[in-house]
Amino acid sequence: MASGVKPRVKVPKKAAAGETITIKTLISHKMESGQRKDGDGNVIPRSIINRFTAEFNGQSVIDVAIEPAISTNPYFQFDAVVPETGAFTFKWYDDDGDIYESVKKVTVA
Amino acid sequence: MDLTRRKILALGTFAAASLAGVPVFASLTDDAIATLTGGAPLGEGAVTIIAPEIAENGNTVPVEVEAPGAVSVTLYADGNPTPNVATFKFGPLSASHSAATRIRLATTQNVVAVAEMADGSFQIAKANVKVTIGGCGG
Repeated sequence: MASGVKPRVKVPKKAAAGETITIKTLISHKMESGQRKDGDGNVIPRSIINRFTAEFNGQSVIDVAIEPAISTNPYFQFDAVVPETGAFTFKWYDDDGDIYESVKKVTVA
Repeated sequence: MDLTRRKILALGTFAAASLAGVPVFASLTDDAIATLTGGAPLGEGAVTIIAPEIAENGNTVPVEVEAPGAVSVTLYADGNPTPNVATFKFGPLSASHSAATRIRLATTQNVVAVAEMADGSFQIAKANVKVTIGGCGG
């Protein structure tokens, strides 16, 4: 597991039914591109998060395939419709097989 | 064949001209887009790409795409060592089919967004970004 990986997600706690909300996500990850070289001229091996998904009650909101050209600490902002009370599940898939997960509940008033 | 100075100069000019006609990185991006679309024609207008005109730091360049009615959007950076940046697939609960992220750009170049629409057609948008300090670590 890559060290110091911490997902941060900003989702409103309450929403009206069918309302569009903006979601901001950020995960601390070095996103080593595989292009850089160390002091001895050796290529530093690639180590990135290669996929990010967001789901609401099992229905997909967004699914992102990530290449090395995404910056360190990958940030994503997108919109989602909230039809009912439920939870968003965010998943980040690391090159080394780890999956980082974050769950946020939204209450529809 | 005896190569006179005049002939060599003429050859050199021709070689330089043919090289200039084929920008290496642009063709990589074109290849990647052709693989995605299968050679289908690219429309314009339905996709918007929002990127800064000048990015001081190529390591984190904020980029936003909006593609109403798109199933997926693929981002390319035509001056990067590998042109692919990311592919966004929008699910049924995606509201505006837009997304924002931060990307790495090696040098001044075009950021290209290709959207696959619900009817299977493709739309393209480009934005030129001037980069002061490149973001690929050389």
